[in-house]
Amino acid sequence: MEIYLYLALFSPLVGSLFAALFTTKSKTLVAGVVPSLLLFTSFVSSSILLVHILNGGAPVHVEMMTWMATGDLYIPFGFVVDQVSVTMMMVVTIVSTVVHVYSIGYMDHDKSFNRFFAWLSAFVFSMLILVMSDNYAGLFIGWEGVGLCSWGLIGFWFHKESASWAANEAFIMNRIADLGMLIGIFLVYWNTGSLQYDHVFEAFKGLDVDTLALIGIFLFIGAMGKSAQFPLHTWLADAMEGPTPVSALIHAATMVTAGVYLVVRSNELYSLIPEIGLFIASLGAFVAIFAASMALVNRDMKRIIAYSTLSQLGYMFAAAGLGAYWVALFHLMAHAFFKALLFLGAGNVMHAMHDELDPFKMGGLGKTMKATMVMMTLASVALAGLFPLAGFFSKDAILEAAFVEHHYVIYSVLLFTAGLTAFYSFRLVALIFHGEERYTLFGIHPHEAYKFMLVAMSPLLLLAIIAGSLKMTYFEMVTAILPDIEYHIHSHVTFWIMTIGTQLFVVIAILYAYKKYTTIGMNVPDGTSETENTFMYKLLKNQYYIPYAYDEYIVKPYTKLSALFWTEIDQKVVDATVDGIAGVIYDSGEQTRDMQDGNLSTMLRWMVIGTIALLILAVMFGLTARYAHVLG
Amino acid sequence: MEIGLNHYLVLSTILFAIGLVGVMRRKNLLLLFFATEILLNSVNIAFAAISHYYGDLTGQMFAFFVIAIAASEVAVGLGLLIVWYKRHGNIDLDTMSTMRG
Amino acid sequence: MFEAVAFYLFAFLTIAMFYIVVTTKQALYALTALAAGMIFISAFFFILGAEFLGAIQIIVYTGAVMALYAFGMMFFDTTRDVKEAQGNKFIITGLATLAAVLVVLIVSAPIISENITAYYPALPEVGNTQEVGMVLFTKYLVPFEVAAVMLLVAMIAGIVLAGKKMDLSITLMNDAEIHDMKIDQKLDQHKKVLS
Repeated sequence: MEIYLYLALFSPLVGSLFAALFTTKSKTLVAGVVPSLLLFTSFVSSSILLVHILNGGAPVHVEMMTWMATGDLYIPFGFVVDQVSVTMMMVVTIVSTVVHVYSIGYMDHDKSFNRFFAWLSAFVFSMLILVMSDNYAGLFIGWEGVGLCSWGLIGFWFHKESASWAANEAFIMNRIADLGMLIGIFLVYWNTGSLQYDHVFEAFKGLDVDTLALIGIFLFIGAMGKSAQFPLHTWLADAMEGPTPVSALIHAATMVTAGVYLVVRSNELYSLIPEIGLFIASLGAFVAIFAASMALVNRDMKRIIAYSTLSQLGYMFAAAGLGAYWVALFHLMAHAFFKALLFLGAGNVMHAMHDELDPFKMGGLGKTMKATMVMMTLASVALAGLFPLAGFFSKDAILEAAFVEHHYVIYSVLLFTAGLTAFYSFRLVALIFHGEERYTLFGIHPHEAYKFMLVAMSPLLLLAIIAGSLKMTYFEMVTAILPDIEYHIHSHVTFWIMTIGTQLFVVIAILYAYKKYTTIGMNVPDGTSETENTFMYKLLKNQYYIPYAYDEYIVKPYTKLSALFWTEIDQKVVDATVDGIAGVIYDSGEQTRDMQDGNLSTMLRWMVIGTIALLILAVMFGLTARYAHVLG
Repeated sequence: MEIGLNHYLVLSTILFAIGLVGVMRRKNLLLLFFATEILLNSVNIAFAAISHYYGDLTGQMFAFFVIAIAASEVAVGLGLLIVWYKRHGNIDLDTMSTMRG
Repeated sequence: MFEAVAFYLFAFLTIAMFYIVVTTKQALYALTALAAGMIFISAFFFILGAEFLGAIQIIVYTGAVMALYAFGMMFFDTTRDVKEAQGNKFIITGLATLAAVLVVLIVSAPIISENITAYYPALPEVGNTQEVGMVLFTKYLVPFEVAAVMLLVAMIAGIVLAGKKMDLSITLMNDAEIHDMKIDQKLDQHKKVLS
């Protein structure tokens, strides 16, 4: 089994290095095909491991080599494939294989085609390290690798000012959170003397609650950054500057789920500190409704999907915080499939519309892009959580968990958000594919994407539809290491009322969105209508003024402070000191250059003076050594 | 009056100082060489004296090697001096300023 | 008593000879005084019981080195007055004295004389030369061979360096010939640089 582990882990690395060989060349098809094939190898190996685990095989645990061994610190390069990590591996490899194949078509005309694949495969490799590592140090390496690769991919079109800005924003936001994460890891090592998961979790049982809470908080700060939870959420929407396949891979399916994975992986820690868990759940529920509300009014197709990602991450944290770890992981998996599908569909639309992102300029695209329409509609149905698609099973499980745990506030917030989700998803679908053909005004002739791109997307479609039916198999597998709490509502009547009520609520939201956005002669928002001038609308449109507030109250004062430090401290103190030292040396050189007049006689004289200086030193040392006891 | 190790060391030091004076004030390279011979010999006296007063042959061995080195130094140094003299017609230190920066 | 007299006598003679070496304006005087000083130094070696070293001192220094200098001096124009350094004599003497005082301070400090122990104790029952031979060809065999090789290298270097253009003698040429020779040399150098 070990060979499959290594295959799954290192194939993407080989693919990345292979593509990197061609980065300075113009487009080479092989630089895209080889990484895709290698990633497919990785996917097949992961599947073999999944079958092994499903058949009740023992988790595969290897220690490749020693990484650090100093004093008491011992950190190996160890990898583990157990029920949780194999789930993540499947999600990562399936989505990224699809994205790789899709990108061959999507990036067809881009001159940095080869560089794209080098970064993309490197990203997958980092993500696999993150999920497969058997200790916190390895996880952190993957964590940072993912951050770095996302920086390279968001800023892929770095000649665009906005893209490089977004890349830096994502990177810096993540750094802030990573500091918290690092402190958390230090605390773990400090208190348990190890970073291996199994040792650490064993040692946690003997620690007092305060220490555990501190560790839990700091680790969660790291998760907040990577999973873009409030207040570090702004980077995710801005990260849509990257190419669309990147958004599908990183900002929907894999990277942002790393935070959820961390919480799920550390479930034994969070089980011991339910107060922190409740905080995580509350924050998750808040982010769910907070992000969904911003998606309601946005006019940028990719940002709408990004906000929906944010909202769904909120759901996952809500579940994980309440102790329903397997539910969180299940929602993560289902969400990855339909969200990647949604993004790739959006990519097709962008191609057809020549990179236009405003859905109000589209409409009626369903006639020319039937396949894309079907896929995006089904993905939206799955996202909205309608029976029998994937979203229904996972989201319903979260709602039930909240209900059963008697957190009715969280439950109602999440329920309301489910309605909002349905509304904005179908607002998007309606605006893009139905109604008037507004694009004719802009003289665009849309066309369907390449066939093989659509074929590449089809596995995701299939999984988005059937993932729900795998729920029981999945449950039996992961509960081997996760708490196996089944959330059953005892009264049958309540259960049916809840389920059907939720479904009805969602269907009404969908119908309302359709009615509102497919009518002929619908108002295109242009800043004149009454709704657009209400306070609420403006608040949502400006993303609760949070980016503005960050800019005004953090970035600007910081810039001023930096400028002040630059002129006052750096220039007048640091630079002056350095220049002063250099000046003294330079001047003394000027003064003493006469010593080196090339005359041997002078040199000999200086040599004698040097000898005398050394002799004086020798006498002084001798005296100090002799009279050391007198001097004390 | 007993002659001790310190007597020899002081003598050796005085000779060394004389050598140093020669090294510093001579401009003629040949005479500069003489001064270095004085330096080497003064050290040899110290070696021999220490060797004698501590009953240890190591000092004499060192003096022996110093003599060997002095001999080779003279051979090579004189050769170089002759080459220099053939080129420039003198062996004055002040004319050797090619190392001036 | 005899030892004290001998020590002071030879000390005075050595210092006097070396003083002449560093102060005289005649190269020939300096050479002669140096040779005398070398022989007087060998007297200290005999007093100290290092007969072998004393013999070596006379043979190598006075015999070989001084002869070498004497031959070397034949190449140079020794009739010219030897120029001396124009510098402050007090500074020079002061520096030398200071160095001497410091060295005395160091070597005569009790800290050294209290801490020396013999590694190769002298054997009283055999003569000095035999002793030296025993140590030299056991413990110091490798340095001894290295010194031999070094002497060989020095000899070859001396011959090669001094032996170039032995057929020419600047002392026997007049100024015009020397001038021509220098120009020829410079031309040769330029040709080498150009090729």
